[in-house]
Parts: sequence; C-alpha cells; structure tokens
Amino acid sequence: MLNQLTISELTSRLARRDISARELTQACLDQIARVDGTVHAFISHDPADALAQADAADHELAAGVTFAQKPLLGIPIAIKDVLAVKGHPLNCGSKILGKFISPYDATVIEKMKAAGAVVFGRLNMDEFAMGSSTETSAFGITRNPWDPSRIPGGSSGGSAAAVAADEAIATLGTDTGGSIRQPAALCGCVGLKPTYGRVSRYGLTAFASSLDQIGPFTKNIEDAARLLGVISGHDPKDSTSVAEPVPDYVAALDGQIRGLKLGLPKEYLIGGLDPEVKAAVDAAVKQYAALGAEIVDISLPHTDYAVATYYIVATAEASANLARFDGIRYGQRVDGADPIELYTRTRGAGFGAEVKRRIILGTYVLSSGYYDAYYLRAQKVRTLIRNDFLNAFKQVDAIITPTAPTAAFKIGEKSGDPLQMYLSDIFTISCNLAGISGISLPCGFTRSPKLPIGLQLLGQPFGEATLLKLAHAYEQSTPWHREKPAPIA
Amino acid sequence: MEYEAVIGLETHVQLNTKSKMWCGCANAYGAAPNTQVCPVCLGLPGVLPVPNEEALRKTTLTGYLLNCEIPRFAKFDRKNYFYPDAPKNYQLTQYDKPTTANGFVEFEFQGGLARVRITRAHLEEDVGKSFHFDRNSGVDFNRAGVPLMEIVSEPDITSADMAYEYLNALKDILLYGGVSDCDMEKGMVRCDVNVSVRPVGTQELGAKIEIKNMNSFSGVRRALEYEIPRQIAVVKAGGKLIQSTRRWDDTTGITEEMRTKEHAHDYRYFPEPDMMPLAPTDEWLAEVRKLVVELPLARKQRFIREYSLPAPDAETFKNDVALGNYFEPLAKQSSNPKAVANWVINNLRAKLTELNEREKTEQSELGIEPADLQLTTLADLKFPPAALLELVGLVEAKTISNAAAQQVFAEMFATGKTPAAIVQEKGLAQVSDTGAIEKLCDEAIAASPGPVADYRAGKAAALNALKGYVMKLSKGKANPALAGEILERKLKG
Ligand SMILES: [Zn+2]
Repeated sequence: MLNQLTISELTSRLARRDISARELTQACLDQIARVDGTVHAFISHDPADALAQADAADHELAAGVTFAQKPLLGIPIAIKDVLAVKGHPLNCGSKILGKFISPYDATVIEKMKAAGAVVFGRLNMDEFAMGSSTETSAFGITRNPWDPSRIPGGSSGGSAAAVAADEAIATLGTDTGGSIRQPAALCGCVGLKPTYGRVSRYGLTAFASSLDQIGPFTKNIEDAARLLGVISGHDPKDSTSVAEPVPDYVAALDGQIRGLKLGLPKEYLIGGLDPEVKAAVDAAVKQYAALGAEIVDISLPHTDYAVATYYIVATAEASANLARFDGIRYGQRVDGADPIELYTRTRGAGFGAEVKRRIILGTYVLSSGYYDAYYLRAQKVRTLIRNDFLNAFKQVDAIITPTAPTAAFKIGEKSGDPLQMYLSDIFTISCNLAGISGISLPCGFTRSPKLPIGLQLLGQPFGEATLLKLAHAYEQSTPWHREKPAPIA
Repeated sequence: MEYEAVIGLETHVQLNTKSKMWCGCANAYGAAPNTQVCPVCLGLPGVLPVPNEEALRKTTLTGYLLNCEIPRFAKFDRKNYFYPDAPKNYQLTQYDKPTTANGFVEFEFQGGLARVRITRAHLEEDVGKSFHFDRNSGVDFNRAGVPLMEIVSEPDITSADMAYEYLNALKDILLYGGVSDCDMEKGMVRCDVNVSVRPVGTQELGAKIEIKNMNSFSGVRRALEYEIPRQIAVVKAGGKLIQSTRRWDDTTGITEEMRTKEHAHDYRYFPEPDMMPLAPTDEWLAEVRKLVVELPLARKQRFIREYSLPAPDAETFKNDVALGNYFEPLAKQSSNPKAVANWVINNLRAKLTELNEREKTEQSELGIEPADLQLTTLADLKFPPAALLELVGLVEAKTISNAAAQQVFAEMFATGKTPAAIVQEKGLAQVSDTGAIEKLCDEAIAASPGPVADYRAGKAAALNALKGYVMKLSKGKANPALAGEILERKLKG
C-alpha cells in the first residue's frame, strides 16, 4: 500500500510516474477512513483540499518539475494542531480557540508548500502541548496503534500515531520537553527535535518560547533527514532562528560511524527504568560498539535538577504566552459585565485543567517576591545543565540514552498524577533546556504486549548531521523500523 | 515649616519610524480603525516579534542627545497585565537593561541653566486604543505595536514651571534629532508625573504620588500647580500621604485618587524569550553617532556667541530650525550678521507667513484638505539666499536707503529678480549728490514754515519732519543722513 512507503521510495515512484500524487494522497485518506476511528490521530482533515493539492502536484510533475527543485512534491504530510496553516483551523488541542482559522502560514508550512508537499490535517495533541500522553486534548484521546488501550505519548501524540498507523507519510510536531521524541518512541517511529534556532518557530503557537522547536516524525531516518533539510534555516520572522548553513542531511547518511564516540551518561541509568527498556538500550549500545563506534562513560551532573528547572521555565513562559487567549480578538468568548469577568469566564471555560495548573504555576514563579527564588534560579541551573552537555560534547560526538523510562502506558494510568506524568519526560527534558539536538528511533519491543521502545541520541548544537548519520547506521543494521503495528493492520 | 516639591517625569514618545516595532505595518496616524494591522500586531497565535532597527537607532540616538551611556547589553522584557487594548496581554518593554541610561538635559530656566538627570530612555511598544459606545466597546489596534520610547527623569524637578520647561526642552531635542514628530494632539507625547513634597532642607523623599492622564505640557503644569499645594496642605494639617496613583481631570482641574500601593499591579516582568538580547557593535554605534545633531540650547548659545545676536533672535532661530539654517550660511558670509538676522526674521519670515496664509485661504477655497496644502517654504523661494546678502550689502554701502531696500525685497520676493536689477530698474539708488539734496532741502524748508519755526525754537525733533519731507520729495532715494546734515546746516546758518 502506497501509504506505507517512505518519502524516498515514493519520490522515485512519483518521478517515474508509476504512481500519481492523487493516488498516494487517496491511499492516506483511505487509511484514515479505515483506522482513525480507532486511533483518532486527527482532530480534523479536509480530503477535498488534500486531493486538490495532490492534483496540483501531479500537474507540476507532468510539467517536468523535479524532486531536486521540489523535494517533497506530492508527499502527504500532516500537521500538529499547534502550527498555523493558512485557511485551516488552529485549535492547539484546546476549546479556547473556538472556530479560529489561521489567516497565515507558519514558516515551516511555507517551506513545505514551496517544496511541493501536500499539507493536510490537524493532528491531535495535548492541549497547548502540555502533557505527555495526548490525554489533555479537548478533542478526545488518541490511541496508540500498537495497543489501542494505551496512550501514544505526547504532546505530539497525533503526529506519532498518524505515522505509525500509516495515515500520513510523515508529520510535523513540536518538542518543548520531549513532545516529539517521547511519542515517537512510544509509537515506534522516528522523531527529531532540532537544535533551538535550527527551525523557525514563526507560526508555532508558543507553549514555552525558549524551549519549543518544530521537528519531523517519519518512518525512517532518511525521511527525517529529507524533511529536516526542507524546514531548517534562518527566518527573518524569527529572530531566535540562527543563520547557520543547512547541510545536506541526506548526504550525511553514509554509514561511516567507525571511530565516532557515543557518551553513556551514568545519571540516566536510574531506578524507574523499565527492565525491558534497559535491555533494549543496552543491546543498542552493544550494536553501536559492533558497528565501530566507541562507547564512553560520561557524567551530566545536573541531571537531577532538570525536571524542576523545566517546570519553572516552561510554565513561566507559558503563563505569558497563553495570556493572549482572552476572547477579545479571536477564539471562543464567554461574555461578562466587564473585561475581567469576560476574561475569567472565557479562560475558565476555554482552558482545561492541565493548562490552568501550568498557568497558575508559571504566574506564581514570576510573582514579586518569588521571582529570584524560582525563575532566576531556574535560569541559572539551566545554564549549568547546558554546560554539562557542552562539556560532554568535548569528549563525545553524541550521547545515547533511552527516550522514555517505559513503553506506552495505559490510557488513564497517569492522568490523575501530574508528577508521574512529568517524570515520563525525564530523559528528554534536558535536551530542550540545553538547546541541543535530539532524535528518537526504534530500538526494539517489549515482549507482551508488543510495544515499541525508543532509543534517544542527543547531539551537539547544530549537530543534526552527525546525529542522523549515527541513527541511520543503527537503523540499517536492525529490523525495528520495518515492523508495523498488528492491531490496526 | 516650608515645603518643597520633588518631581520626576516619565515621558512616552512615539517614534516616527516608517513601520511598527515588531512588524511591517505602517506607523501612521489617522487611518480607519484596524486597517494597519497584521497577525503580529494583533497577537495571533504563533507570531513572533522582530525588532525594528530604525526604532533601535532612534532610541540610541536619543540616548546620545540626552548625554546617556549606551550599554553594550540591553534586552526586552515582558510586562504582564490584562487589558483589552493589549493584544498579547503583555507589553514588551525594557525593564532592567534599557538601551540608554544615565544622561541629563540642560535647559534655560528662570534666567539661568537648569539640569535634569535622565535615568533612562528605553524602548517599548504602544497599545491599541479603546473606544466606548452606547452599549459596547471597541478596540482599534492601528496604534498597537507602534514604537514608543519612554524617557524617565530623576526627581530633579522642583516646580510646575520647571516641569513645563523641561518638557519643552525635551521636545525640542527630540524634534532636532528627528526621532519623533512630538504631535501632542495625535497623542505622540504622553506624560506621567511622580510628585512628592518634603520640608525644605530635608533629603528624605515623601510618599510618591503618580499623576496620570495629562495630554499636554500645560496640562502637566496645571496638574502640578494643583497637586503640590494639595499635598503640602495635607501634611501641614498633620495628615499622611500614601503612595498612590491619581488621575488628572483637565475639565475640573483637579486630581483624584485611582489606586493605592496595596492595589499596585504585579507585572511579573521577565526577559522576552522570543528575542535575542541587544548587543550593539562599535560599527553600529558609530553609524548612529553620525546622526547626532547640535542640541537646541547649544545652537542658541552658539548663535549668540558667533553672530553676536541678541538672545531673542537666537531663540527664534532655535525654535525655527529651518529659518536658522537659512540664516547661518548667510551670516558666515556677512560682515554684519545682526543685520542679516533682522532681514531674515523681520522681513523674510513675515513675507513668507503672509504668503502661506494667502496660499491656505486660496487652497481651502479650492476644497484642498488641510493635510494636502501645498505651501511655499524657504526651499522654494524665488530668489537665492545670496540675493538677500546682496541686498544687505547695498544698504550697508548706503547705495540704497532702508526704505528703498524694503521695496527691493518685496520685488525680489515676488519675482526673483536680483537686487541690483531692481535698484536699477526702479531707479532706487540713493542720491548722495550734495547739490541735488541741497535743492530738495531748500524746497522742504520753504514748504514747511511750522517745523522750521519749531526747530529754531529748540525742538530738535522737528528736524525729522523736514527730513521726511526731503525723503518724500526724493521718492525715498535721498541719503537720509546727508539730508539731515544739510538741513541742520541750513537752519542754523
Ligand atoms: Zn502589524
């Protein structure tokens, strides 16, 4: 089935005109019709619009446009509901935006459209990307394609599940503390969080501005390299994006990893790590050694402070970022006798419990008298955490860890216990605080039930090429990425 | 006990950049509501601010003009508060690392020089404008995101008059630097006042009271003229003032309490994560430095010094920059700059004003909007500046009389002909031929028995009447000094 193929496979078939973009898009739409009743990766999608884009791509193919000119021509790529797509709904998994339709394209969307992609669908997510299970969405839960009684991870749960269930060829998600890598691990696909500043955030509805990055979900590493190449680069509309040249990420996938050094941080081998996850990661480390990489024990001494630091910085920024959802200019409004009543009613009705919890936390840590003890201190610890990584990267080319401490957990299992939920991001959070790059790729399965396990590689700032090279070498020597979830097959 | 006021001002000034602070929308006053808006200045989900370099340049330039330090590290912060006119419900401002700090303004006050220290001039964004109708309200976001500079003074001001002069001096500097149009009626300058009172001779500050809502400099002066005696009366009566914010009511002329310190906002400032901190380079600062202009006060003092002008003339040239710029190159070429100044101020300016008034009337009769009026300026005069210099030279050399010079000027203003040509054409050259003037004097004496008798009776002023008669007979061409001498000789003889 066309929807099961990778970008690399599809582009060569499209180029040969073996298949049309319309057939390909239709295959994805058919799969959505078949499985999304169970998976519910999509909040909404517009088949007619997707097919119209596919037809346009077919015209361009017929007119001789090449994949060198438009590397994603005709490839259906679905979008997390936090990214602005002109003319499409933008809800951020929340009720508060009501019937809001974005009047503009995010920069990554402009780039994908320029590359010829069929940009479609609104993928489910934790409300405003706040969560690790996609259970805080106002649009219902998303189910893990490997076991529909389990969560897909989050916050980009819809993005991960859609790729795992072959409902799209690839998707875009966002990662603030692990929101790409953790669901990628739990759904058995590839998820890449680029270095802060690598990809423009313009059009990404901010959760935590200094931590958010947009990245791809794909079926394999080569596709991730292709997509990253399209969405990366400096953007005059985002002054935090960096004018670092964008290398040819696909060309980096040469299998030459002999002599590269992989750091194994002792702080990450902690209690609470599921034995099957540990075994899979240990085996992956051995595999890397067998492929010629050198394994080096390293230390990231401030790891213990990462979760606390993250929940101060992220909530502080979120408390301001979400202030604009007030019912005055757009979105859902619940009227009141005066502005204050209008705000409290609108926000009271529009935001879910987790979002409210984080706004209150963030407001608290910024309050007069608490700022120095919390926010300022957290920023200092954040610098220490970043320095841990920069020091480590003086010794090693990348760091190898589990992506998440366990495989996918049951729906409802942690939703009543925020702290347990927060701890499911324990391995991914530091990467965002440090602003470095990270990727999750499949490294095995639990036995029963059969659930994917993710391996995380963390790379230097702007070290995505090395990260992808390492990930690709492992992937090509293991069978995991070829497995498909049985329950929805 | 005697009390004194301690006053500090926070002055908000809209910068006259082409576009807004974070987006490409026009920074222009007067468009239909919500027509100069985009996703960024409406605070739609996902947008990011990109700082306007022109606004940073103008703020830094202001720093230089206000003798400030320009720190090599500055940043923007979020000031959090909910208000319908604030699109993001936080305002981007510079909380603790402003673009400029620690300067001063000098200005003339009560016959001497006053100096008010400037704490900082920092950059922030303006908010939208609320409108209240019968049953509902609306917000116009055209103004949202317009670059706004806040200039904070130290509490160095001691009276309402001094506050007024400080504001005028500040406005002159901003106009000179070209950073703001400072149009009060368009809300381009807004002012908050902090005022407290204390016994004369003490150093401790009294409870700081902030006054808001003045929309003119004279409003600031009036508010202080009301507020200072009010505070003194309270403490004299044994009352206690508490830190609070008061609202000035321009109609009733009083201030009313809005809120006290306990109800002060907690703005929860924190560094704006959507932007990198600002780190101006040497090269960039050097470019801004090239934009530094002479300050108004320095210009006035220099005009007095270099061109021996009386203070009122120098003041005129300080206030009318274009006129001063017209004057200065001529003054440098003239041996009598004072005479040039007289011509520029008394004749040229008067003629131009008169012409502009006529143009306004004519054009409004044609239905042209006030904003589209085409008025003649100093740049489009019909005669070149050198012609004015030539005219002054003709008077200096006594080639023409003052009265004739007026005629020449009127003609060159109207036609652009050179003074020499006009003098020749109209035969205005002064007559210094003794024989011719003697004849005219004889005629005058014969025709004016009254003044002649008066003069002989000792009324020296009567000579003027006779001189006037001679001038009239000569059609203004007689050299008046010579005529005076001859008349005197004849009457005494
Ligand atoms: Zn705008």
